[in-house]
Amino acid sequence: MQVQGLAIGYGDQHIQHDVSFNVERGSIFAIMGPSGCGKSTLLKALIGLLRPSAGAVRFGARDYWALDQGQRDDFGRSFGVLFQGGALWSSMTAAENVALPLQMFTRLDVSALDSLVQLKLSLVGLDSDRGSMPADLSGGMRQRVGLARALALDPQILFLDEPSAGLDPIAAKRFDDLMLQLRDGFGVTVVMVSHELPSLFGICDDGVFLDAATHTAIAHGAPGVLRDSSTHPTVRAFMQRDRSAANEALA
Amino acid sequence: MTVAPTNLRLSTQVHGNETLVTLKGDWTTQDDLGIPAVTETLFDRSELRMISFDSSRLGRWDCSLLIYLSAVHNAAAPRSIRFDDSGIPIAAKRLLALLPQQAVALAAPARPPILVERFGLWVIAQWAEVAAVTELVGGQILQTGNALIGRAKMRRADFVGCMYDAGIAALPMVALVNVLVGAILAFVGAIELRRFGADIYIANLVGLAEVREMAAVMTAIVMSGRTGGAYAAEIASMQGSNELDALRVLGIPLQEYLVLPRVMALTLMTPILYLYGSAIGILGGFAVAVSMLNISPELFMAQTRSAVTMHEVAFGLIKSIAFGTLIALAGCRIGLRAGRSTTDVGHAATSAVVVSIIGIITLDAVFAVCANALDL
Repeated sequence: MQVQGLAIGYGDQHIQHDVSFNVERGSIFAIMGPSGCGKSTLLKALIGLLRPSAGAVRFGARDYWALDQGQRDDFGRSFGVLFQGGALWSSMTAAENVALPLQMFTRLDVSALDSLVQLKLSLVGLDSDRGSMPADLSGGMRQRVGLARALALDPQILFLDEPSAGLDPIAAKRFDDLMLQLRDGFGVTVVMVSHELPSLFGICDDGVFLDAATHTAIAHGAPGVLRDSSTHPTVRAFMQRDRSAANEALA
Repeated sequence: MTVAPTNLRLSTQVHGNETLVTLKGDWTTQDDLGIPAVTETLFDRSELRMISFDSSRLGRWDCSLLIYLSAVHNAAAPRSIRFDDSGIPIAAKRLLALLPQQAVALAAPARPPILVERFGLWVIAQWAEVAAVTELVGGQILQTGNALIGRAKMRRADFVGCMYDAGIAALPMVALVNVLVGAILAFVGAIELRRFGADIYIANLVGLAEVREMAAVMTAIVMSGRTGGAYAAEIASMQGSNELDALRVLGIPLQEYLVLPRVMALTLMTPILYLYGSAIGILGGFAVAVSMLNISPELFMAQTRSAVTMHEVAFGLIKSIAFGTLIALAGCRIGLRAGRSTTDVGHAATSAVVVSIIGIITLDAVFAVCANALDL
């Protein structure tokens, strides 16, 4: 996936401009930055929910925003998206949430569909909760059902919006491990929006850092590399928060 | 060596006590081939000790392959047949490792209650609801007293906002409905009264019907759909987003903070809307009478004044106060008891409107019987 000179905003409000980066197939790519810098807005432009005011998002040779709506819808089925908090359909059980995309876009018979739903929920460790309603699930469980739903159509690219937000450190680590296993297993490319440093350092191969002050990307690279070698003060302050805290404690 | 029948995605070969499953072509959920079923024939040889796989001819694959491999694994385990995963793709092996080794046993579904049990549960639920409504009504009466001396825990801005929503904002809809009702009454009455040369009694018909019944009932029905449903939906959404819990933990009484301003606003505004609706309804009848029945405006107004007494107006006012209170209480109560999902918000709004309309009609019938008994 290539993002070239992307500008995004709402009406007259410019959120980000001149954002460019490449995402390698099979990598885990992080969109980083402080709160309010436009990470989730950029994600919306990548998944077809917000038309950018300039620039291009290319998947291979295809310019996504140059496609017509029908083509974008078809192409969008190769995306899996995990929204913040899971965004589960609250009137459906966990299993029904996962089953809906399969019912809509495959011709599987009922037993195959049921097996597939069971498998997806098993992959995220929630097979026994398939009959639960979203309101009865914890935040972490809702995230995992959301992930199972995002995986329903075996996407080539998985977009995750703050997947670890609100999870305790153990649950967040488990979620990170799951992402690695799914990436290694399915060869899926993962693009995640996050400002959870342990997740960023733990699983991301590459990334882009968005700045809220200059409204553009100010650094590119793996989070660990940015932490160790970036000279930009904003990036260093963000990435070295843990070290700063440790240094302050020592001082 | 024997070769078993094949299908498009796999073939099996038997080597002594081992069966080799050759996986072929693409295995994706998007194609129309379906997922091959794991049949008993795969395991029907008593000497079978191992199932292995050859994936050298396997193309693209996704979860459909995992489902097949998982099913073979789960079927082989209880038969003490070894599942040799060395021939399957490494990525598939990793994903299989994420799955539970045995299918997770789900709790048996609860026995559905028998008819008597269901009836008993229904009675208990209705009794609890009656208790909750009684508590709500009693609480509102006490808290209204607090509000009158300025001690209620509600924000003045909320009360003013509720007054605006239930008052000025509702004027256009109340006017439209009542003017049409007045005009319809005049039309319907004209057909019959003209036969007897009693055209002028159109004024009596429209005036009495509007002031005594129609303006109060139609205004209340409009308000139940417009405002009662909105109260229920608003409070139910607050339930879903934990806003009610946030109020509770701060010790802010929901009845005073949320319910009281709404009940007071609708109780105060509905009679004003009723008076407005009555006047507009009579205006609708007046327009039809003057323009189509050639009744002079002065005569229509004089006839209306003689037919509609202050008794009738007071009767209508009392009804509209009761209707307003009922709509607000129903909307708030149904919002407070709603669940936490988005569907519950829709259900709450619908229930509030239905309960309010049924309540309005029932209450109107009670008023009619009382008025008849008291000769009002």
